[in-house]
Amino acid sequence: MTPRLRRRVFLAAAAVAGAWLLWGLTGLPDYGVYNGPYGDVLNRVAVAERKATNVVASVTFDYRGVDTMGEEYILFAAVLGVATLLRAQRDETEQPPDEDAADRHAPATSNAVRVIGLGLVGPVVLFGIYVVAHGHLTPGGGFQGGVVLATGALLVYLSGEYVTLRRVSPEVLTDAAESVGAAGYVAIGLLGVVAGATFLTNVLPLGRPGALLSAGTIPPINLAVGLEVAGGFVLLLSEFLEQTLVIRRPGEVT
Amino acid sequence: MIVLEVTVFLLVAAAGTAVVLTRNPVNQAIVASFYGLVLGIMFLVYQAPDVALSQITVGAVALPLMILLALAKVRALEGSRRRDDDR
Repeated sequence: MTPRLRRRVFLAAAAVAGAWLLWGLTGLPDYGVYNGPYGDVLNRVAVAERKATNVVASVTFDYRGVDTMGEEYILFAAVLGVATLLRAQRDETEQPPDEDAADRHAPATSNAVRVIGLGLVGPVVLFGIYVVAHGHLTPGGGFQGGVVLATGALLVYLSGEYVTLRRVSPEVLTDAAESVGAAGYVAIGLLGVVAGATFLTNVLPLGRPGALLSAGTIPPINLAVGLEVAGGFVLLLSEFLEQTLVIRRPGEVT
Repeated sequence: MIVLEVTVFLLVAAAGTAVVLTRNPVNQAIVASFYGLVLGIMFLVYQAPDVALSQITVGAVALPLMILLALAKVRALEGSRRRDDDR
């Protein structure tokens, strides 16, 4: 296919796709107009039914809990896939991280980065726990909080060395957090089956709206997701760092 | 309010264009991080704080980080190939 023909094919396809898109845009509801019934229904009944002040959490972890379980397992499978792809190959050898290599001196982390990074680790971890624990009350939840928690591990790497990261997040611990979190979601779902209802039925006591212990199974599920996401992201981070800093093909420059 | 909405839309459009126009992958990762942050602000302006939080954590932190780490590995590999060619 010559470049000229290719351009013609592209222009024709772009014209059709563009016209189709414009046609679709004309059928959109007006700016700021909401037509769907579900949002209005949820706004009316969700807090009374589930005692969670964050209606988004009621939807994602209760009414549509199975959807979120699927999403959690997408992330689980993705992390698993990356860990498999980034494992040490037969012709690769492990070497001490760049920072320790005799022939190379990585620029030392500046004191400014070190102080700010280490100073942020505590608040970031605390904020992550807060976001996970208050998922049913305020915006946030297991996913967001889990990533924030994993950012804590990233800060440790940025202000220290790769070895420090491995020391504060041993592989056993991150693997365990990821699997326990993933399995925990299903286990909480099975509580409903045990109680004689359907999978993921909210069978725990609902409590009072606005209380930390309220909304039944939503906070435990948030905790499970938080563990899974934090473990998964730290695992991703350390697998990538290991491939980049420790594992070498023969002859690969560091 | 309408001023804020228009401003944030323009910012998103400008940041998105900047990501496309940045050709160096390392710079692009940083610009993409900024784009993720701006997108998060847009979600906040449209009163979707849950989505804004996810967007900021994933778009501004996780994604650029993965790109940077992958680039570091690719560069180390390219270095080794170049060394092989020299032999």
